[in-house]
Amino acid sequence: MTNKGLLVHTALGLYCPKADVYLDPWKPVKKAILSHGHADHARWGSSSYLCTPTAAPVIKYRLGEINLETLPFGEEKLINGVSFSFHPAGHILGSAQIKVSYKGEIVVFSGDYKTANDGFSEAFEPVKCHTFITESTFGLPVYHWQDQKWVFNEMEEWFKNNRNNGQLSILYGYSLGKAQRILQGLPESVGPIFTHSTIEAVLNVMRNQGVSLKNTMPVNEHLTRAELLSGVIIAPPAVQNSNWLKKFEPIRNGVVSGWMALRGARRRRNADKGFVLSDHADWEGLNEAISLTGAENVFVTHGYTDILSKWLIDKGLNAHPLETNFEGDEVL
Amino acid sequence: MPILWKQILKGMRYFETLFLCLEETTKTNEKVSALIDYLSSVPDEDKMWMIGIFSGRRPKRTVSTKNLRRWAAEKADIPLWLFEDSYHIVGDLSETIALLLPPTAIEVQKSLNEWIQLILSLDKMEEDEQREMVFYAWDSLNTSSRFIFNKLITGGFRVGVSQKLMAKALAEFTHIDPSDIALKLMGEWSPLTYSFQSLIENEENEGSHSRPYPFHLAYSINEVTDLKGEPADWVAEYKWDGIRGQAIFRHGQYFLWSRGEELITDKFPEFEHLISVIPPGTVLDGEILPFKDGLILPFQHIQTRVTRKKITPAILKVNPVVFRVYDLLEWEGKDIRSKPFIERRTLLDQLFTSIDSSLPLQLSPVLPFDEFDELKILREASSENGSEGLMLKNKHSTYSAGRKKGEWWKWKIDPFTVDAILIYAQSGHGRRANLYTDFTFAVYSPEGDLLPFTKAYSGLTDKEFIEINKWIKKNTLERFGPVRKVTAELVFEIAFEGIQESKRHKSGIALRFPRMVRWRKDKVVAEANTLEDLQLLLKKSR
Repeated sequence: MTNKGLLVHTALGLYCPKADVYLDPWKPVKKAILSHGHADHARWGSSSYLCTPTAAPVIKYRLGEINLETLPFGEEKLINGVSFSFHPAGHILGSAQIKVSYKGEIVVFSGDYKTANDGFSEAFEPVKCHTFITESTFGLPVYHWQDQKWVFNEMEEWFKNNRNNGQLSILYGYSLGKAQRILQGLPESVGPIFTHSTIEAVLNVMRNQGVSLKNTMPVNEHLTRAELLSGVIIAPPAVQNSNWLKKFEPIRNGVVSGWMALRGARRRRNADKGFVLSDHADWEGLNEAISLTGAENVFVTHGYTDILSKWLIDKGLNAHPLETNFEGDEVL
Repeated sequence: MPILWKQILKGMRYFETLFLCLEETTKTNEKVSALIDYLSSVPDEDKMWMIGIFSGRRPKRTVSTKNLRRWAAEKADIPLWLFEDSYHIVGDLSETIALLLPPTAIEVQKSLNEWIQLILSLDKMEEDEQREMVFYAWDSLNTSSRFIFNKLITGGFRVGVSQKLMAKALAEFTHIDPSDIALKLMGEWSPLTYSFQSLIENEENEGSHSRPYPFHLAYSINEVTDLKGEPADWVAEYKWDGIRGQAIFRHGQYFLWSRGEELITDKFPEFEHLISVIPPGTVLDGEILPFKDGLILPFQHIQTRVTRKKITPAILKVNPVVFRVYDLLEWEGKDIRSKPFIERRTLLDQLFTSIDSSLPLQLSPVLPFDEFDELKILREASSENGSEGLMLKNKHSTYSAGRKKGEWWKWKIDPFTVDAILIYAQSGHGRRANLYTDFTFAVYSPEGDLLPFTKAYSGLTDKEFIEINKWIKKNTLERFGPVRKVTAELVFEIAFEGIQESKRHKSGIALRFPRMVRWRKDKVVAEANTLEDLQLLLKKSR
């Protein structure tokens, strides 16, 4: 795939034959290097794993007893002469771009990333390289993110209105990543923050690793409706339309995701309200990141691969779409 | 919902807020209160445009969408192909443009009416001037207002405000009876020709004698056991597959309205002679059917009648029609919709005793039955009579506006089904933007060629679509833009309402309302239906 075959695209994922290492493999392998802990990147069953120290506790919590080593951001690890290093991707806590270099050739695999600093994840750092493998989840010019402050203000307004109508506000976001971003970003004025148990579990893993997070209270049967109404609930997307919610009616559902930028997606998710807040780069972000790498070769994966590639080719880059197994899986 | 306009809104922001509220809620009460909030907040012209827009009376189109697309790409500084690809994924032109444009320059507040007047003024301008004007509007509006502005230009508001809902909100706002309001909203009027006062608040207006009544609609049932009461409470008729129409005879004039509230009098000149037969002060509800030599023809024959601009004698001869009547709404100048169905029907029967059978006016027969079970047999036989199932009407029901449970039921015959092979997949629009959901299906010809014969979009669950998507990515043979040709391997059961001959399709066949019913994982391509099977169905359906 890359000039000298440093990385190849295989049925198991991106592979470095020289080091016998896979990046975010889809199936069990001998050595796996992980960009971050989301389920479509960190899969169970490999013999050994390498990730960043901040990403490690949640990955361990999710994958169980695994053979996991960590490598701090910016440090190099040599495997059979090939150098590997992690660089902040700004996607979630501990998420990394993986830099692979060998005999002067540098390839960077972006993993998932966002260029805007959310104030919680380690902020994205561009890495100079010859070949850049970029995600393209939101690789369309219609995706343009507002500053997160603006979105949190919008949420605040929404809570107020709901509260005045006696409706309980529930925000939906992934337990790893989005939930922490919402928690840390919400203004104090919203009152106590209640969580669903799967979110609370991830928060506790992070608290135990020394990450400073706001106080939360897991939702439990002793809480009165008045107490709940004084704050907001954060829950994972999977519980929307589940029985868990029945006891909270009347409620308002707020889905927090980049996909909420489109009306069609809002309808599809049955959102009373969509908040456009993403942990992926928007169109400008992708273009900026690609240009900052200085790469001549760009491989586009995870998302609107064809469109972004064509656009980059128009701009004079050597770009190719790269298919993954997980396209179309990504709903949030 | 006491929404954001508790804060101070300006200009078109009221309308924008209303639109977002209507879209965000599925609850009738919330929609009504949002409409009332809007009505209480804006000047009369903006009230009228709101009513007009949500009842399909949009301002005249003054700019082609082709130009809008070009200008938007230019303004967004992207190539046209990227604009088109984005549009395909977003699925809505107005939304795509609104999202692609650069940030607002200086926000300008104008009322809904002022923006619409600006749009109307484009009509007399040269293209360059139009472009400047549209750029000015885009520069002056924020993203969600731009979306509204684009919708006003392209005219595609499709938000759920039924006539009933609008009438309810207006009735609460004006304290006028909702059925009076519903009546006033019918027929031909536009926000340019009527003021809020002349349309809604005044007792009578000049257009009122051409005005149709809101159509009563039927719900579907699947089983006859769903019917309440005794067989004697019900009337059975055939369900006709034509164009629902309301014929109005008042003051020596005649008007024909379609269910979409379009005046279609000119499309069916053969009914004009009826003025001499039907007494003034009569309104008939029925179905316009293609009819020749005593037989009902397939639906496609009537399509020419409504799509052609000019109805020539030749068309009249090739595609003759009849009006098959099943209800009487006005008699001797009186609105009789509140009489029970059986009384209206009796009056209708009496009227028909004096109608010459050579006229293109027929009575839809009542089908006698004693037990509900007999309906099953009637339904099975209905296709032989050129109908698509049964209508079951409660004898005591009044003719209310819209649908009401338990009054009129339609019980359609089961759709046709075939097992077909997936050969092309295209990504969907709107809510299915990043999934391959638009599928083309084929059957084998006797020569062993795969002939595409229909497309289908709906009918599978999101979970199934995701599974099929994975398969599509692994089994792509070729890509043409957004379309992928895939290995001929998956078999789907396709249901449809009708089958017709078509010269435009290579297979020679066109289906009505095709949709996927099931993914036949149990079948391999050799077990799918063939072109011969389809041709047999075509023969049988004639």
